[in-house]
Amino acid sequence: MNYIFYFLIVISLIAGAINGRLSDVVNSILTGAELSVKIAFSLIGIMAFWLGMMRIAEKSGLVHLIAKIIRPITKWLFNEISPDSPALGNIALSFSANALGLANAATPIGLKVMEELQEENKQKDTASNSMCMFLAMCTAGFQIVPATVIAILVGAGAKNPTEIIAPTMLVTSIAFISAILVAKLFSKLWRDNQ
Amino acid sequence: MISLISLWAIPVILFVILTLGLVKKVPIYEEFTEGAKDGFKVAVNIIPYLVAIIVGVSMLRASGVIDMLAQFSAPVLHKFMIPVEALPVMIVRSLSGAAALGLFSDIAHHFGPDSYAAKLCAVIVGSSETTFYVLAVYFGSVGIKKLRYAMLTGIIADIIGVVAAIIVCSHFFLPNIG
Repeated sequence: MNYIFYFLIVISLIAGAINGRLSDVVNSILTGAELSVKIAFSLIGIMAFWLGMMRIAEKSGLVHLIAKIIRPITKWLFNEISPDSPALGNIALSFSANALGLANAATPIGLKVMEELQEENKQKDTASNSMCMFLAMCTAGFQIVPATVIAILVGAGAKNPTEIIAPTMLVTSIAFISAILVAKLFSKLWRDNQ
Repeated sequence: MISLISLWAIPVILFVILTLGLVKKVPIYEEFTEGAKDGFKVAVNIIPYLVAIIVGVSMLRASGVIDMLAQFSAPVLHKFMIPVEALPVMIVRSLSGAAALGLFSDIAHHFGPDSYAAKLCAVIVGSSETTFYVLAVYFGSVGIKKLRYAMLTGIIADIIGVVAAIIVCSHFFLPNIG
């Protein structure tokens, strides 16, 4: 993350200077900072709502039940967390929310999963294998129907906007499965240098 | 059919959570408010990480470096039948969802929604996620600083996704286009 952060900013400054857009680049600091706080604040309400709902689901045993159903899969994907952890049920919920394109529900549930994975994590400042696997699943962005994309195509007057669904499903599945396999491979091969 | 599932998903989830809670005699109102208390804390916790990634990406977009890269790699792209317009979408997709949607919408209107560039971008945007944003926010929320192989995994999966999109789209769409 250190290098990414450095390169994002330094490359922007250099390219901005070459293109004569240095003032745009500097102005974008302010708009970017403002936008981040706006995003965070717009999350508070929906976050509170889903965290509240998730707490009910947990107390009623629903999360536990879901965790039990998907145990055969999660046993392989998340072999380091205890099989009773509520994280497993919430991972299934987070995955479903992502797959259905419910971004507003997916983020709060995903952050709850991270909190639960952190409880089982031994080194609190370092990502565990389970976290890396969960993030691999999230960043691959498995989605059944790209509703927003289709809406834009329809808005632009596409003849047959739904024809992109089949290729999108194929590509998203390939990316998703590769992400899981890559994460699994790294969990075996990765050597921390400290 | 599938849009019906999307429409009904949230109502059904809420119905099941609340009904099961009541049946199991969970004090649902008290538990809801107890859980909801954390909403503010989590949202505020992620602000520093949001600022870092969003300011960085805004600066990159304002600098014009992505257009430079597109021009620079145009000859290579032609070889693989990739429209030059699609490159900024491929790069921006992992950094900012709103920016990728904006670029895609621009292409759909400018080159037409039935152009190959628009279809390819539609598949790329629809099949992936804003990797760096998710990494920053999810890890930031629990204070993890060493990501180990999480970022490399995300980047590799994104590259595989883009390559898959190019191959799949050329099979699906190219024969029908002039």
